[in-house]
Amino acid sequence: MTEQLNDLKTHTSEEVDNIKIWFKAAREDQFPENGGACVKYKNLQIAVFNFSNRKEWYASQNLCPHKMQMSLSRGMIGSVEGEPKVACPFHKKTFSLRNGQCLNAEEEKISVFPVKVEDGFVYIGFTQ
Amino acid sequence: MVGYKFCEKLRNVSTDYQLIVYGEEPRPAYDRVHLSSYFSGSSVDDLLLAPSSWYKGNDIELFTGELVVSIDRTSRTITTHIGRKDHYDYLVLATGSSAFVPNIEGVDRNGVFVYRTIEDLNQIIQYGKTIKKVAVMGGGLLGLEAAKAMLDLELETHVIEFASRLMPRQIDEDASAILAGKLSKLGITIHTNKATTKINGNGKLESISFSDSTSLPIDMLVISAGIRPRDELAKSSGLATHPRGGIIIDEHTRTNDEHIFAIGEAAVYNNMVYGLVAPGYEMAEVAVRQITGTAARPFLGYDMSTKLKLIGVDVGSFGDPFGELNNTVPLVWIDKRNGIYKRLNISEDGKYLLGGILIGDASQYNLFHQMVVNKMPLPSEPESLLLGTKGKSEEGAGVKSLPDTAQICSCENVTKGQLVCEIVEKQITTVDGLKKSTKACTGCGGCTPMVNDILKVTLESLGHKVKKTICEHFDFTRQELYDLIKVKSVKTFDGLLDLHGQGDGCEVCKPVVASLLASIWNEPIVTQSTIQDTNDRFLANIQRGGTYSVVPRIAGGEITPEKLIAIGRVAEKYKLYTKITGGQRIDLFGAKVEQLPAIWEELIEEGFESGHAYGKALRTVKSCVGSSWCRFGVQDSVAYAIFIENRYKGLRAPHKIKGGVSGCIRECAEAQSKDFGVIATEKGWNLYVCGNGGSRPQHAKLLVNDVDIDTCTKLIDRFLMFYIKTADPLTRTATWLNKMEGGLDYLKEVLINDSLGIGQQLETEMQELIANYECEWKKVVESPELRAQFKHFVNSEEADSTLVFAEVRGQKNPTNWKA
Repeated sequence: MTEQLNDLKTHTSEEVDNIKIWFKAAREDQFPENGGACVKYKNLQIAVFNFSNRKEWYASQNLCPHKMQMSLSRGMIGSVEGEPKVACPFHKKTFSLRNGQCLNAEEEKISVFPVKVEDGFVYIGFTQ
Repeated sequence: MVGYKFCEKLRNVSTDYQLIVYGEEPRPAYDRVHLSSYFSGSSVDDLLLAPSSWYKGNDIELFTGELVVSIDRTSRTITTHIGRKDHYDYLVLATGSSAFVPNIEGVDRNGVFVYRTIEDLNQIIQYGKTIKKVAVMGGGLLGLEAAKAMLDLELETHVIEFASRLMPRQIDEDASAILAGKLSKLGITIHTNKATTKINGNGKLESISFSDSTSLPIDMLVISAGIRPRDELAKSSGLATHPRGGIIIDEHTRTNDEHIFAIGEAAVYNNMVYGLVAPGYEMAEVAVRQITGTAARPFLGYDMSTKLKLIGVDVGSFGDPFGELNNTVPLVWIDKRNGIYKRLNISEDGKYLLGGILIGDASQYNLFHQMVVNKMPLPSEPESLLLGTKGKSEEGAGVKSLPDTAQICSCENVTKGQLVCEIVEKQITTVDGLKKSTKACTGCGGCTPMVNDILKVTLESLGHKVKKTICEHFDFTRQELYDLIKVKSVKTFDGLLDLHGQGDGCEVCKPVVASLLASIWNEPIVTQSTIQDTNDRFLANIQRGGTYSVVPRIAGGEITPEKLIAIGRVAEKYKLYTKITGGQRIDLFGAKVEQLPAIWEELIEEGFESGHAYGKALRTVKSCVGSSWCRFGVQDSVAYAIFIENRYKGLRAPHKIKGGVSGCIRECAEAQSKDFGVIATEKGWNLYVCGNGGSRPQHAKLLVNDVDIDTCTKLIDRFLMFYIKTADPLTRTATWLNKMEGGLDYLKEVLINDSLGIGQQLETEMQELIANYECEWKKVVESPELRAQFKHFVNSEEADSTLVFAEVRGQKNPTNWKA
């Protein structure tokens, strides 16, 4: 299990230009409004966030690097000075969903992934 | 700590140097200043100054569990205990100190410990489980910290001090007497003037004898009688050391070898070991500047002023505390009733403050300390400093008169000028912002109130209005939002954001608004699940590993055998860990998120409902068995507890609320430690309010005595509703009362005499909330749509495969945090 966690932790953020696979995750309406849900892709857990007020979507690793918990998809989302963020439900560490940077502590960056919505379905971009 | 600070400071200046750290202990540097918090729940991880990943991220090679055993100064090589050799250009010895163990007969007996490392603490905790009575040898700062830890282990605690007073380096006899009085009220027995001569026992420890022929029977002895610098490596390498221990350094923290520095408690400067963290950090700064060749700053000794909270008692000692170094006249205020002692040493001409001592109330410490350090002139009647009205406004005004050079944060050496500059130039408006940009308050935290005052005064001078707003998304206080929601009939978070907020909301304002909506309308919270904290979103408590725990309501702690069996059956079926809670209920742990609705469904079929253990809401009303069974009971406490628990179940508030009902004066339900507590009397009921347990326990205060049951219930209605309407977010009733202007007298006026004329309104509002109650679990169980939200993956029915459990004492447990 630890290996799997470490794999995910070191999984690098995907650049939009290098996307090879757009993974069809689920229907748009399966994700709660202004909230998150977890998507399984291969052996990875991806947290997908629906900012319905802003009509924006974000995705990141589900693992919070602070205590290595699979938890970010259950966190509250919001913004700080416009920057979209998620707060881990365990200890409220917050991470930018644009660049993965931890915003209120010195934790490691999380990986973020591009998201697109087409024909009512949510797709997450991966390089492999 | 000092070694870590050196790394941090070096990396702040430059990344050009290869930096390698060797440490004897099995883990990276941790916070020894707050070591006693390890006994009250902090984990090793909480105490770490930085995780291993920080060292990696900053390109620092870290070898833990590896002791450097020799230095070859000619070839500039060190050798570790496993034979590893490493070359250095500069070597910094931050070897710290070890506990001083006096040479007393029997000191090697089982049950004698020192108080220094996490390993020491683990041994103390283990041993402490088997015994009842402990003595701490040493009544200094560290000894009293250790005594606090022993109280946390719930042991009968004694403190043995050789000198005639506690903290002999910091405070005088009168101050010690006041401090000792306060500590003995908390259950610590103080013995001064006691020289220990022998530690007795046969195999294990039994007692200790003193030179005055008395003795004290104890089961464990914790020695905290001072420190000895770790200079053995320096000595064996031929570096100059002090006859009383410690590596001798010059004002640039250099030893007599120009390539070797020594910093922190291992070092001796000018015949003195500096056993506090702030001077150690300053030495680290001096060493970094020497090595990197940045502007030199000599270490010229350090002000040993200190302020701390010892077991909840303020202690401050600053400048020249005893007035011995100069000709001074002391001004002394002793208040034995409230346990307050203040001493100011004034220069003979009455112009300057040179030092002093504060016990019981150190709210003026920062101001006084700054007056000493900056040689600020005293007011013409210096006694006004002691007798003048106390309170925040005065302290806030106090920071105005400080010069810009005044050092506010001594751990990180941040001046008032720097803070003001950050606020004015970079428009920082929060203490958190200042923490980030200057690092102030991040060491011991003692300067936080002063930084807060400087922020407030500076913002006010810039024309900002200073208000306790929720966050950047709502420019209102909680109380203002309450009124807005009510008056404009706002029912959703998005609705409120549209009308009165900006941006997207965040993890601070969402749960506050969610709680307000629930407190005002009491509509099911599941309809707006994503503004709830995760516990409220999933109607269960998230636990380590990401599973949830389930607590059904067991009102008053009364349960039938059939229902007990039903809980057991459900726990067995879903393989849940079970534990009795502190509130007379049963907690079922380890439920996966997708199992929750099915578990609730079965519990509901057996006649249970949600216990709201996950919410900032009414939790339990604890009861003793009362007059129905107990031979002492004078009223039926169980019946009344069940009645009020059912009355307020599901009631959401700024923080969790707990109640208790005792059937007689013996108070077995511990009602006086609850937010509201009722104790039966011969004539009726006594109602207590605003108590709590937790990290800072506070006894509840008597609101009324000998009232009948209906009056009692009416007053609890008014009390809870008034709290819900006026408290700040996440403020428990005790803190709410502590902050309330007018305090208990005012609260009595409002609730009993209805001085605001809102009594009837409070009761009506409570009645509406009670009428709107619905079991949230049932709501989910009955709705296929809501049930569908309870799964780990949105695109798969699989469970989270990363959940791992281990068996402990015949039940399952989650595995530890982080591998």
